[in-house]
Amino acid sequence: MTYAWDFMPVLRHLDMLALGLVNTVKIAAASIVLGVAIGLVLALMRLSPSRLARAPATAFIEFYRNTPPIVHFFWFFYALPVLADISLDPLAAAILALSTQSGAFYAEVFRGGIVSIEKGQWEGARALGMSRAQLMRRVVLPQAIGRMVPPFVERSFELTKTTALASTLAYGELLYQAMQVNSQTFRPLEVYTVVALLYLVLLITASALARLAEQRLTAYR
Amino acid sequence: MTTTPLLEVEGLHKAFGPHEVLRGIDLAVMPGERVAIIGGSGSGKSTLLRCLNFMEVPTAGRIALDGRTLGRRGRDGGTVYPESELCGVRRRVGMVFQQFNLFPHRTAIENVMEALVTVKGTPRAEARARAEAELGKVGLSEKRDAYPSRLSGGQQQRVAIARALAMDPEILLFDEPTSSLDPELVGEVLRVIRGLAGEGRTMLLVTHELGFAYHFATKVVFLADGRFYEVGTPDEVLKHPRGERTRSFLARHSEFAF
Repeated sequence: MTYAWDFMPVLRHLDMLALGLVNTVKIAAASIVLGVAIGLVLALMRLSPSRLARAPATAFIEFYRNTPPIVHFFWFFYALPVLADISLDPLAAAILALSTQSGAFYAEVFRGGIVSIEKGQWEGARALGMSRAQLMRRVVLPQAIGRMVPPFVERSFELTKTTALASTLAYGELLYQAMQVNSQTFRPLEVYTVVALLYLVLLITASALARLAEQRLTAYR
Repeated sequence: MTTTPLLEVEGLHKAFGPHEVLRGIDLAVMPGERVAIIGGSGSGKSTLLRCLNFMEVPTAGRIALDGRTLGRRGRDGGTVYPESELCGVRRRVGMVFQQFNLFPHRTAIENVMEALVTVKGTPRAEARARAEAELGKVGLSEKRDAYPSRLSGGQQQRVAIARALAMDPEILLFDEPTSSLDPELVGEVLRVIRGLAGEGRTMLLVTHELGFAYHFATKVVFLADGRFYEVGTPDEVLKHPRGERTRSFLARHSEFAF
């Protein structure tokens, strides 16, 4: 069996795919920024000595860990307008779904990095009279951040790939645009090959940048 | 002549869950006194030291610094120690740890400067000058820009001592400062500590180096089962011990001496 590959029809629609790529980056970037903010709050709540702060954060995290992301997408898009009379456009719904979900995962990344810092570091700082805030800012976080980078990058890659689910809300990210190109060219093999390459290039570039950041953060080792 | 003890401990108890480590410790340390705390493993000597700067919060008992009792009465009758008060106490009571606990992401001089700047609010230039002086005192001026991972254990412990000294503590606590060092590095650290004794500093030292304790201390306490079993001058406790357990402890320590 020989299949005659022909990329020309697809390449003629490269502008559509490029727009999709931009939209994918847009959802991913917004969700990472929002997710980090949510994750920080959740991590601090989980590290708090107060049970009242820990319990809701744990519940939130467990909820997102144990439900599939596509359900979150549908829930924000279809349930919120009915329940709260808040109508979200597909982009907003996608960002909300992704940032709350990844916030739950980022929280564990941040918490894991912080608790991985040896007891002696906390004691060394406390013995010098540092307050909890000072020892966090000056001693624990600077060391923890280096350890957070690899799992943080891993999570962000997962998030970027999950943006493809926004296509189910008819938002014009890369996968949705690919489906459009496909329906005009009837070249699914070529279309999805190109799309896979675009994701690949995007994530490989991002991982090179992440490695650079990690090297700079852990240069003291 | 009567003066107030710089540090006073009364009826100190510490339990970890059901396990009682300290069972009523009374201790008064006068300014300039040097106390060596010895005892077998699990006797509670490290826990006692760690209660004095509140690395561990005592279960019961009273600790007074310079005549002022620390903490305040809680609703249930126990003592509550507000974190802000403890930060203040720790600025006055420095500690050197068995594992050094230097900050690995900071150079030697930055380790010494850190709390000066962060805790005391000393201007950076002034803190740097002070840190250089302290590093000079422990003989590590040329290592000022080295990260801890590039220093030997003995050098790391000397930086840790400089870091504690830079805060001008009224009392210095040493928690087995040479126990994790290779034998050939022990001497350089003990020499630094002996130098501090010559300055008339108030110090408490938990150690297994009995020979050093003998020359260093003005007072030796032998701890067993969370209580002071024998207290006296180095001569009394280490050379002429009266208690049976002190004797057998010392005998075990000199078993392989020649």
